[in-house]
Amino acid sequence: MSTHHTLLEVEHLTMRFGGLTALSDLSLNVAAGQITSIIGPNGAGKTTFFNCLTGFYKPTEGAVRMHHPQHGALLLNEMPSYHVARKAGVVRTFQNIRLFPNMTVLENLIVAQHNALQTASRFSLAGLFGRAGYKAARQQALEKAEMWLTRLKLLDLADTAAGNLSYGTQRRIEIARALCVDPLLICLDEPAAGLNPRESAELNELLVYLSREHGKGVLLIEHDMNVVMRVSDHICVLNFGNKIAEGTPQQIQQDPNVIKAYLGEEETDEKVAA
Amino acid sequence: MGQLIQQLINGLTLGAVYGLIALGYTMVYGIIGMINFAHGDIYMVAAIMAVTVLTLLGAAGITAVPLALLITLVVVILFTAIYGWSVERVAYRPLRNAPRLAPLISAIGMSIFLQNMVQLTQGARVKPIHALLPGGFELGTIDGFTVHLAYTQIMIIVVTVALLVLFTWLITRTSFGRQQRACEQDRTMTALLGINVDRTISYTFMLGAGLAAVAGVMVTVYYGVVDFSIGFVAGIKAFTAAVLGGIGSLPGAMLGGLIIGMIESFWSAYLSPEYKDVATFVLLILVLMFRPSGLLGRPEVEKV
Repeated sequence: MSTHHTLLEVEHLTMRFGGLTALSDLSLNVAAGQITSIIGPNGAGKTTFFNCLTGFYKPTEGAVRMHHPQHGALLLNEMPSYHVARKAGVVRTFQNIRLFPNMTVLENLIVAQHNALQTASRFSLAGLFGRAGYKAARQQALEKAEMWLTRLKLLDLADTAAGNLSYGTQRRIEIARALCVDPLLICLDEPAAGLNPRESAELNELLVYLSREHGKGVLLIEHDMNVVMRVSDHICVLNFGNKIAEGTPQQIQQDPNVIKAYLGEEETDEKVAA
Repeated sequence: MGQLIQQLINGLTLGAVYGLIALGYTMVYGIIGMINFAHGDIYMVAAIMAVTVLTLLGAAGITAVPLALLITLVVVILFTAIYGWSVERVAYRPLRNAPRLAPLISAIGMSIFLQNMVQLTQGARVKPIHALLPGGFELGTIDGFTVHLAYTQIMIIVVTVALLVLFTWLITRTSFGRQQRACEQDRTMTALLGINVDRTISYTFMLGAGLAAVAGVMVTVYYGVVDFSIGFVAGIKAFTAAVLGGIGSLPGAMLGGLIIGMIESFWSAYLSPEYKDVATFVLLILVLMFRPSGLLGRPEVEKV
């Protein structure tokens, strides 16, 4: 990718729940073709941030702007949640996996492409009976699903009910499903949680592939520093809802604020160890 | 023996009607996890509307039975679907994220509203129509009992089977069906994949109302009389059918409808017609006690 233009622009985002400030005045840019990681201790506001992006929460203050090549600047915080994926091209996965457990793996991936299918059928029942455009669209949907299933080594599981598969596999299906939406920005909430070292290495490779080869913006929440430090282009560190540091992996590893947040201050070192 | 076969036919017909109404219950329950208590009244509205349309067609001189039936079906389905859409829009959508009890109460309110609206605008008297499809086949006499199969019974059974096939295809094979099943399993996630959940729910209500409309038209033609209060009992029985078959399951709703239709017609014939409703509801209680997920329902397995 030649240019890493800004995809997502977060400006002074604040989220308060009653007296609790979960996110305070967060500003952040996410570029296309790069991996941006959000790290921080538990309760730092990482998932709250994702929820603000995808229309779950209406932020108390601030704006989340998506720069879409066709639709221009879109305010995510003012969209109905289905527009976040359909119009703005932002999808997310969840810390606790949210597949459609009673559908097959393939169906999970086809559901994600339903907008293209619906357009091709012109929203009519008649469209489903052998309209040429619909057949072509269905063929394309199947091919796209097959491509991602192959890339994520899931092809032989295509007809299995998603709910019956192992945790690591379900994680990959969730990512494959998100990719079927053709997102510009994919937000992954702890994708490496519960993966074994080999699966984790494969995930690293996939994330790099998505950002470098497909030019997608990747926004990552992750605790596994092996993943974060190896793949991130840019890291943002949150603690108690505040951004305490931002920069490249090298900068973050040496940042005194980050070390303090993760390990505690000099005086309390022993307490942490104990 | 003749009596037995006759009751089998009657039960099948009645069961098909319950099954059609139950399909609407089960689809709506599947997608929003809520019993639409106004569904029976939607069916009543359709039945009354069928009387109106048939009378108007008669006045306009359209008396060819297949044509009159077809026009009636199309018109009634269309308007009933609009009712379904409006009910969802007015009574349920504003309460989407409210506690479960709230939409339940607004559903009951909607049901009372529809009944009263029809009573006030159409009057409380029973509305008769001329028999559209009189007659039928005599299947023969067994043990001194002549078995009849009315044309209307054939119509009801054929239409019901066709609709069941159509809806099974719609839910399992089409893009809309996948979208609908996705909403059933995880509404939030479905929205995050770019699917307009509210619209999917609206369509489901409209389809459910359309099925109730078909049932309403057929009952009008079958019995020849309707009034504003038929929705309540039919609704409760269809609800029982949906629970019996396993709420959320389309074949289950149909199976439940058939079983209830059979019980009613056999009970009326061999025991006493006064107690046929008791039989139905005792069955509901037994099912809820011993198999709460229904005959074809998937039991809820809680993963720990």
